[in-house]
Amino acid sequence: MAAVTTELTGQAPAARPERGRHARTARRARVLRGLLLVPFAAFFAVPLLALLEFSTRSTDLSGPRTLDYWRAIGDNPDLLTALRDSLLLALVTSVLALALLVPTMVWVRLRLPKMHRVVEFLCLLPLTIPALVLVVGLGPIYLWIAYFTPEAYDSSPLVLVFAYVVLVMPYMYRALDAGLSAIDVRTLSEAARSLGAGWFTVMVRVILPNTLSAVLNASLLSVALVLGEFTVASLLNYDNLQVAINLQAQASVGVSVALAAASLMFVFVLLFALSFVGRRRPARVTAEEK
Amino acid sequence: MTSVPVTPEAGETAARSTRTGRRVPLSWLGVVPFLAYVGLFLILPTVLVVVQAFGTPEGQPTLANVKALGESYVLEAFWRSILLSLSTAAIGAVFGAVLAYLVVSGPADGIVRRTVTAAAGVLAQFGGVTLAFAFMVSVGNQGLITLMLQGTGLDVSGGWLYRLSGLIVVYLYFQIPLMVLVFLPALDGVKPQWREATESLGGGTWAYWRHVGVPLLTPPFLGAFLLLFANAFAAYATAAALIGQGGIIIPLQIRTAMTSETVLGQENVAKALALGMVVVVGVAMALYSWMQRRSARWLR
Repeated sequence: MAAVTTELTGQAPAARPERGRHARTARRARVLRGLLLVPFAAFFAVPLLALLEFSTRSTDLSGPRTLDYWRAIGDNPDLLTALRDSLLLALVTSVLALALLVPTMVWVRLRLPKMHRVVEFLCLLPLTIPALVLVVGLGPIYLWIAYFTPEAYDSSPLVLVFAYVVLVMPYMYRALDAGLSAIDVRTLSEAARSLGAGWFTVMVRVILPNTLSAVLNASLLSVALVLGEFTVASLLNYDNLQVAINLQAQASVGVSVALAAASLMFVFVLLFALSFVGRRRPARVTAEEK
Repeated sequence: MTSVPVTPEAGETAARSTRTGRRVPLSWLGVVPFLAYVGLFLILPTVLVVVQAFGTPEGQPTLANVKALGESYVLEAFWRSILLSLSTAAIGAVFGAVLAYLVVSGPADGIVRRTVTAAAGVLAQFGGVTLAFAFMVSVGNQGLITLMLQGTGLDVSGGWLYRLSGLIVVYLYFQIPLMVLVFLPALDGVKPQWREATESLGGGTWAYWRHVGVPLLTPPFLGAFLLLFANAFAAYATAAALIGQGGIIIPLQIRTAMTSETVLGQENVAKALALGMVVVVGVAMALYSWMQRRSARWLR
């Protein structure tokens, strides 16, 4: 099948007249496509524009433009603490999830191919169990964690990292699986081992550099997920960024809206960067296949 | 000093055990940290939900919590949740598929495709509180659109946003992008050669869609629909931020049951409700993976 397809696309002379005949229809289709995209763009742009508009007007929509709400974010220690905690949580979650998943997935590829299905199933399981259900079940476990937490870190939201690693697992697994499939893990690690490298060296100096874009991809996804997380934190009574945004609305909607817009933009930039990271590798793979 | 005689022996044992294929017990150690973690923070909480749904807070077995699922207010909330999920999944799937098709029929590396996929990634992932705020300030009581319409003389109340009708509109904001993300690979999998084959056999656009396009795209479409259903059913943050109190849908009912301190033993009712959610989402996801396997046959 693949061979036939390649041959067909390779026959340029056959394809060219085809394209000529469709030229007029194609132009008309392009205009129609543009017109059809407009309502979609409107539906998705309006709430975002409203978010920006609302956060830059002082009193109501006719009031003068101001950045007071944005500045107020910096003056609010509670918001800053929550922001710091959420960023820290995102970092720790990414690192812990990578430390848990990368060695396991490599090990399963090399030594326990029979476990592949089990690990995959467990990693994707959180997609089936709603975060809300996990929260309900995590309640007793978090009481137990709080019991063992040193007093200095009492009620620190950083303990949420245990739950967040589970939440990011499906996304991380998919990104890492794609990255590991693209390289020959077995040959690379056997070569390194035969040259005297230990397992730690194999992971850090062989596997990680070769799957860098996948690892980066996985980390950025989990950062975005953790920064937007509300369910677990709010129901377990910990303060993270989203919980703080929600609480702040009672004091000043404007500041809340500004912070919501800021966090959305941050994640947008992050995921937009990711769309370039993720693009490079598959492109190269298809080029090689051709 | 003592380690010197031990090492060759250990190496010998390892070598011998490889030969007889008895390295399994050692290799297993490699997945122990992962299994322990998943067991503690994924399996155990899920088991706790299931077990405690059938128990009193003191640990006595009871069916009272599960019986609470039959109460009229719970049934109504379940019904509204299912209605919300079905309608947003159906509308989201149709509009998402249209948007995905518009993207695919354009240039493969064009600005439209880049923008739509990047935006879809953000909007599908990053819902929750931000989304609730975005809609409050656009179509809420004092929202941008509400005020603009009032300015033109149209008196619209923003109150609908805080009811089921509002949730449907807001959920579409992450359902359509999710559909685009899930459905794009399926549309990309449709090879232009299939269309050329239809044309060389004398078939037009109608024949192509009737005999090739629609039959091939139906399994991934239904699969995506089920994923959207599960996604909407499980969503919590948006509704929670939009609707401060009360429980018009099941996730909000669970919040009420979890935070209620007036009624004793409500915590385990939350677990019974969560169990009900797992059943609904589980069925949808099982059907989803079945559909996935069906469409995977031709997608690669």
